[in-house]
Amino acid sequence: MLVINDLHAAIDGKPILKGISLTVNAGEVHAVMGPNGSGKSTLAQVLAGHPAYEVTGGSVTYNGMDLLDMAPEVRAQSGVFLAFQYPIEIPGVTNAYFLRAAYNEIRKSKGLEEVDPMEFLDVVEEKLKLVDMDVSMMSRSVNVGFSGGEKKRNEILQMAVLQPMLAILDETDSGLDIDALRIVANGVNALKRPDNAAIVVTHYQRLLDYIIPDYVHVLAGGRIVKSGDKSLALELEARGYDWVLEAA
Amino acid sequence: MSSTIEALVNREYQYGFTTDFEADTLPPGLSEETVRFISAKKGEPQWLLDWRLKAFRRWLTMTEPHWGNVQYPPIDYQAASYYSAPKSVKPLASLDEVDPQLLEMYSKLGISLSEQKRMNGVAVDAVIDSVSVGTTYKEELSKHGILFMSFSEAVREHPELVQKYLGSVVPYSDNFFAALNSAVFSDGSFCYIPKGVRCPMDLSTYFRINAADTGQFERTLIIADEGSYVSYLEGCTAPKRDTNQLHAAIVEIIALDGATVKYSTVQNWYAGDENGLGGIYNFVTKRAKAMANAKVSWTQVETGSAITWKYPSVILQGDNSVGEFYSVAVASKMQQADTGTKMIHIGRNTKSTIVSKGISAMKGQNSYRGKVQILPKAEGARNYTQCDSMLVGNACGAHTFPYVEVGNNSAILEHEASTSKIGEDQIFYLKARGLDAEQAVSMIVSGFCKEVFKELPMEFALEAQQLLGITLEGSVG
Repeated sequence: MLVINDLHAAIDGKPILKGISLTVNAGEVHAVMGPNGSGKSTLAQVLAGHPAYEVTGGSVTYNGMDLLDMAPEVRAQSGVFLAFQYPIEIPGVTNAYFLRAAYNEIRKSKGLEEVDPMEFLDVVEEKLKLVDMDVSMMSRSVNVGFSGGEKKRNEILQMAVLQPMLAILDETDSGLDIDALRIVANGVNALKRPDNAAIVVTHYQRLLDYIIPDYVHVLAGGRIVKSGDKSLALELEARGYDWVLEAA
Repeated sequence: MSSTIEALVNREYQYGFTTDFEADTLPPGLSEETVRFISAKKGEPQWLLDWRLKAFRRWLTMTEPHWGNVQYPPIDYQAASYYSAPKSVKPLASLDEVDPQLLEMYSKLGISLSEQKRMNGVAVDAVIDSVSVGTTYKEELSKHGILFMSFSEAVREHPELVQKYLGSVVPYSDNFFAALNSAVFSDGSFCYIPKGVRCPMDLSTYFRINAADTGQFERTLIIADEGSYVSYLEGCTAPKRDTNQLHAAIVEIIALDGATVKYSTVQNWYAGDENGLGGIYNFVTKRAKAMANAKVSWTQVETGSAITWKYPSVILQGDNSVGEFYSVAVASKMQQADTGTKMIHIGRNTKSTIVSKGISAMKGQNSYRGKVQILPKAEGARNYTQCDSMLVGNACGAHTFPYVEVGNNSAILEHEASTSKIGEDQIFYLKARGLDAEQAVSMIVSGFCKEVFKELPMEFALEAQQLLGITLEGSVG
């Protein structure tokens, strides 16, 4: 589904990613871990197409297409979804309006009919249960006045509604208490299908108690320095990152 | 980084065409003779000529105000022409007699003057280059006793109403531009809603400047008699020209006891280009007087003009009267907007609400200027002011000048203000959900302006939303 080959990226001329290679197949969950400043979030943002980052080398192929050549909105319409580490506030725009607009854009790109607000409410209702959100959240402005946990749940709600092929979760666990963490993880697990995949970017192992990854990669200094299975995450939890960095 | 923003703002002005028709245009220059010429041309009664002359003499003693946060080269008042009228405009028996070229121009603007193609149940008075060319739905309105016609017609047919109310809210001596308008105004709209009548449709004046190098001076006079209701819409466009044109209009509203007047404007005069060449100087005086239990609500969406200088105000004369001001002002390219309101509380238990949304993009400068004045006898007065600014890009500016004068200790005033920046991050967030840049900006801006848009009549709200999208197109990177 996704083949990242020797990806280099910089922000304001400063190199952050220095040769990342990673292959994600349908049905897989990959965890990307690493110390602060290792380039985890940059990788997530670059895959989604954030304009602040400049790709300076390498390639990314998504379902046979050149992902780096696609505008961010086209990536989204093609099934790439980034759950933001810091979800953005849009005052005056209701969650329902925003989410329906996004849902319809994705439907339109697939040649499907747009849904009206009533039909959309049906779509959203069941998804709300998944993340334990009340329907009243739909009439609030996007992320405005939301608590940290509500913002993250709202991201997972969007993911549930938009049903991406490739979900990238950027430190979705940061700032969550254990209950919120469980809700978010349950949401992610419930959305797992044989034909989609997820990249879970996280600093801590604890999210991986709930979302079981097929692969764990350690990012440091803009490179993947070690890959393994779930046991690698547990080892990192016990021993910290230093031993990996030294070995690399 | 902000190239999307720029591209969005730079979209062509779609009303910038000119129409060629024969016009009667007075040579440039301004003197008592000009005033007499205009008055004679319109066959006005002596009292009106006298009033114009008083205004003109007063104007000569006044100086152009420069307290606004706007900059422009000195205006040569002798260089403009003060009267221009399409030659074919004569009193018409029916709208079918309107010059086809004029009809075509209006249909290009999306306005149908022909009665067959009724325009969504909105009665229109079309004013081109200071002259009214036609008013729709007159007959139907007259069944309710509603008078809706050009100002010139009102002077002929209802002089007693005009004489009683003309200048009663905005005296000719009010300010420099008001005095100028009072001396040389050429036409405009007049509307009278009788006691207890709820106007069955929205009334609208559509202003169009066509001629080059002419000043535009219209007057609108709206009288809502006791217990009546009217919703009034005003739209404005002008061709693209490289020179600046002066537009100094006056709107006077009288809301008698228990009357409600909603006045909505979507102002889209030509704004000039991105280097500041051309565009309309929009120096307008709009004021309403609300008597006991009356309510006046101004809603404006100001997207056009090189310079906007305008403060739709309400004199809360009667007890329990209510004044509202909802505004969205956009200053993009090199536009300068200095706009806001005055709420003057005279009666007891008077209430006013001010919601101002300023959007600045590219090199635009946007100022909110508002005054809330509570007079000593205004027991129990209340005001709520909310003033929000949004910046798009790094080269624009937002300014706020709130003035408060409280002469009665029982008054309660609230003021909230905020400034935010439309960020790449907001746009990227929406893009990452599948929306393109245009949709993203339009969504963010609509959200920002929501409290104002919801005050607009449905049709107008859609138009305003689209207009904002167009005005800001290109300003987002």
